[in-house]
Order: sequence, then C-alpha cells, then structure tokens
Amino acid sequence: MNINFIKQDKQLIVEITEEIDHHVAEKIRRKVDDEITRYMPRKTIFDFSRVTFMDSAGIGMIIGRYKMMKLIGGSLEIVNISQTVRRILEMSGIDRIIPMAS
Amino acid sequence: MYDNEMKLEFLSKSCNEAFARITVAAFASQLDPTIEELADIKTAVSEAVTNSIIHGYEDSEGIIKIKGKIIKNTIEIEISDTGKGIENIELARKPLYTTKANLERSGMGFTIMENFMDEVQIDSVLGLGTKVIMRKKIKKHLVNIEEEEFASLGGVS
Repeated sequence: MNINFIKQDKQLIVEITEEIDHHVAEKIRRKVDDEITRYMPRKTIFDFSRVTFMDSAGIGMIIGRYKMMKLIGGSLEIVNISQTVRRILEMSGIDRIIPMAS
Repeated sequence: MYDNEMKLEFLSKSCNEAFARITVAAFASQLDPTIEELADIKTAVSEAVTNSIIHGYEDSEGIIKIKGKIIKNTIEIEISDTGKGIENIELARKPLYTTKANLERSGMGFTIMENFMDEVQIDSVLGLGTKVIMRKKIKKHLVNIEEEEFASLGGVS
C-alpha cells in the first residue's frame, strides 16, 4: 500500500503516493481511519505531492476524513496539490470548506 | 468510416479502473493531446467505469465493454455494462446526487464527465444496462494550423 504516515505534535501527515480512484480510495479510507482512531490527531494533513491522478472517489474520501476530524474536534488540510487534482476539488466545491495549498 | 477503432472487455473489478483509463489514454495519445487533455480523458473514463462497477453491477461480477473510435481529431469513447441500469438519468446527472452516500460516493461522476468531455450521452434501460458515449475534440497544435488551412483550400495535406 503506497501510503506513508508521519506523526508529530498531534499532527498526522498522510502522504499518498499513487493514483486515487475508487479502488485505491477504499484502501486509503481504511488505513487513515485506523490511524486517526489510534493517534487522535488535532490535525490531519494530506500530502498530495505524489498524487498524479485523482477522480471523484478522492472527493468522497476527503469529505469522509474531514467529517471524521470534525467529529473528534480536529481539522483537515491538503497540501501540495497539482493543477489536475485542484480542478477536481474545485468542481466539487470542497475547496471552500477545506484549506488547500499548492 | 473511422480513422481508428478499438474494443476492450474486462471484468467489473475495481482494480481494472486503472487498466481501463490507462489503456484508453494510450489509444487517445495518437491524437497528440496535451497532458491536460489526456488527464481529462483518463478522469472521465475512470468515472464511467467506476459507475458501471458500483452502480451497474453493484460489486457483483459482470463485463464492462469499451469501444474507442477516432474520427479526424475527435475521440469517441463508449463505455457499456449490462447491469441494473439507471432509474432516473436526469437525477443521476445532477452534481452531488448519489444513491451510494454510504460508500462515500460524492455524486460528482457525471458532472466531471460533462466538464472534461465535449459531449456526454447516457443511454440506460432498467434491468438491461447502461451505455455512456463521450466525445472530445483534441485541439491541434499550432504547427498543424498551416497544414489545416492548406487542406481547407483544397490542398491535400
């Protein structure tokens, strides 16, 4: 599974290193939820620097984790987004609720 | 007659989503698309194939067929399944509408297809299956403009 976790100061950095589609999103969802439940971070940061492709499955996956972080009183952020991925996120409008940085 | 044509058939397994979009992208690459155009095609194919897998066949095993056609500088992609069909196409096309919120589906599939392709046609019959036909014109690069003008003046390029 091409996903790395970095934990420091109650921040969980999730680095994804593969194309995010429905097949992969389900695996990411399970792994990340497991990690959040155990570590209870104040903030989860998705590092998308190595995500070269994402379809709408990624939107659902992000919204799901955003809700989970809200539920435990934390926040979610996405960093290092490529232009291609950004277009998808903007189309869904989640760029208005989740902080994102290129 | 088409300038080129291809057919692809595979099982409705989610691991084939990547296979499908990469194969179609390879077929489309003969039109010399930009990276962005190629990403558009890959994303649209991924959405349609995922729809067939989770909505058409609802994760049971079925066959998904893809036909690719190239007509001049337009690519036509037809993705079909013999799954359960779409009850209300109008509703399915709506952004954020989903019947599978429990699976964290965003309801953005058709919206993305429509935004990334020039044309999206959906034919569906309940109990028989769904066919999505998408077309996208690949813009010619600057180098080819002269050639095209020459051809439009009656020359043979």
